[in-house]
Amino acid sequence: MSTSQTRHFRAEKFDFWSFFFSGLTGLATLFIVGILVVILLNILVNGWSGLSWHFVSTIPKKDFFDVHTTGVLPMIVGTAFRVIVMTIFVIPVGVITAIYLTEYASNTSLITRVIRAAVNNLAGVPSIVFGLFGLGFFINFVGKNMDRLLHNPSAVWGQPALIWASLTLAVMTLPVVIVATEESLKAIPPGLREASLALGATKLETILRIVLPQALPGIMTGGILAVSRAAGEVAPILFTGVAYYMASLPSHLSDQFMDLGYHVFVLSTQSPNIEQTRPILYATVLVLLMLTFALNIVAILIRARVRKKLRALG
Amino acid sequence: MGIHRGHKARPMEWLAEKFIFLISLSAIAMVLLIFLFVAREALPIFFGETNTALIQPVIPTADIDKHSPAELQQYLELTPEQYTTMDKETIKTLMDVKIEALNDIPENFRNDPDAHINTTDWKYLLKAHQWTGYDKPEYIWQPVGQIKKFNIIPLFVGTLKITLIGLLFAVPLAVGAAIYVSQLARPKVREVVKPVIEMLSGIPSVVVGFFALLVMATVLQKIFGYQTRLNAFVAGIALGCAVIPVIFSIAEDALTSVPRAYTQAALALGASRWQTAWQIVLPAAIPGVFAATVLGFGRAIGETMIVLMVCSASVMSWSIFDSARSITTTIAAEMAEAVSGGPHYRILFLLGAMLFAATFISNMIGDLVIHRFKNKLEGKR
Repeated sequence: MSTSQTRHFRAEKFDFWSFFFSGLTGLATLFIVGILVVILLNILVNGWSGLSWHFVSTIPKKDFFDVHTTGVLPMIVGTAFRVIVMTIFVIPVGVITAIYLTEYASNTSLITRVIRAAVNNLAGVPSIVFGLFGLGFFINFVGKNMDRLLHNPSAVWGQPALIWASLTLAVMTLPVVIVATEESLKAIPPGLREASLALGATKLETILRIVLPQALPGIMTGGILAVSRAAGEVAPILFTGVAYYMASLPSHLSDQFMDLGYHVFVLSTQSPNIEQTRPILYATVLVLLMLTFALNIVAILIRARVRKKLRALG
Repeated sequence: MGIHRGHKARPMEWLAEKFIFLISLSAIAMVLLIFLFVAREALPIFFGETNTALIQPVIPTADIDKHSPAELQQYLELTPEQYTTMDKETIKTLMDVKIEALNDIPENFRNDPDAHINTTDWKYLLKAHQWTGYDKPEYIWQPVGQIKKFNIIPLFVGTLKITLIGLLFAVPLAVGAAIYVSQLARPKVREVVKPVIEMLSGIPSVVVGFFALLVMATVLQKIFGYQTRLNAFVAGIALGCAVIPVIFSIAEDALTSVPRAYTQAALALGASRWQTAWQIVLPAAIPGVFAATVLGFGRAIGETMIVLMVCSASVMSWSIFDSARSITTTIAAEMAEAVSGGPHYRILFLLGAMLFAATFISNMIGDLVIHRFKNKLEGKR
């Protein structure tokens, strides 16, 4: 009896399989982190030398594969332009939906459940399907009908344009804004709302003066995450507004535009000599990555603070 | 919720509430609109209204009055709006042009049985067909040339092949890491590793595709020594990298939401940390892990840019070291050259509608499973 007990005790002290499997899961974690580090380092090391003020401030000539004269200014402007227009549409709609879900709706009603299911589904729709939707709805339906109503002699709105790309992206990023705003609204202590209502403020006044200012960091997180997601997306804009080359910067909502992500795609798949154009390709990727990552990190930091507050509330 | 105040006394409040409610319906409206407008462009294929037969019956220009406008409009491949803007003379000219075009078809096609079939018929979309010049019935996607072949089976096979490779690579890694981060790691490690893995999802897919194309393809070829540098295997691994953060964060969430009491009870009974994680927490969280895999699948079949950049030749083959073409890639690569409103264009929309349906279903399943799982843990029915 004593021997079996000691054996049991020893087995507990050093269990080989426990050690082995814990190590294996640890390795899996390390491997994933490794992938990230390798991708980032590879891009940083190879892209850094190609980066210069000239590179980010030049409008390239028709042949943008030329290493010495090329630049990415129109792509940066195009990406920024489409993302800003998107924000104007997506933030109000997303924030109002989140306000409805947390402040007005009862959690058990059918309509709330349907809205939540729709938001979840919207988040899972493939980006290329958004592209098809933009083409089928915004361009072929809304745009063509606008042209007809305005009696435009040639297609102005019924063709790929910045506004359609932005609207397509706004539909795509709607769930991101809704989820982030909802999270921050839930983090506001109910006591604040009750105090405001007890002082005689109406529900709308409470939301506008008490709840929304408190939720601002969360709304900002949602906006930033949406922007960073949208800035890197290429598939939804393929048919809705991106141009292979444009001699001038986009200046109107019905213009087409050049785009950083699409430019990465063009440089990596259509280059006449991939070895020669490698430096500008890496530099372009670095610019895109710096843009999306800077935004992401800011969003993660704000979100961490919001979550801490949420946890403190219990 | 709260005290009810009279609506009539505060018209502004009432208006604001209705307005907020209306706006919040936009998410539902968008899902419906997406389905409606993607499916709308694909409808003619469903109802067999397109005809891609190379050689079609000719309507002589003199017979213009014997046919209804609808027939003529379809015969000339015009949209109803285009048709109404044209006068009789223009239509006559178009009919002459059509006859000339039919006369211009090379002689060798006249006796080809393939020139007389409508390749957008469901039979040719789904089943293997004995094409002229081939030894046996084959599945072919070849939307260019005189006789356009639209068999969608190779695209399905390509999509499944790449997606499965991606999931086989991503699921063990992501779930392993989720177990480690939620159950075994020290809190300090967890606080660093979690956001780092979430950062992986912040890398745009076009950048992952670029990295796979330039770096991963070469490295993997050196390790495995296969023939073609760009193939379904490379695409699958790159796809896996993009899906890992999705699966990880859902699985980690599920594992963390298993009540502390379970873990504490197991540890108190003398189980090691690993035994607790493997035999107590994981079985309790298995629906969540399943949901994570399903949602990862939904994300993987919808991924476009990675697969588009890494491999795109459509070959009907199950070998993982052959190239493959997914549904998303096909849509992205061919929409630009497809004539708006033509059969090719409509089939691409049909593929998009199918993709939408597939991800819709996998999202529904995933969400339902997670919902049930959370309710069960909280003791609700």
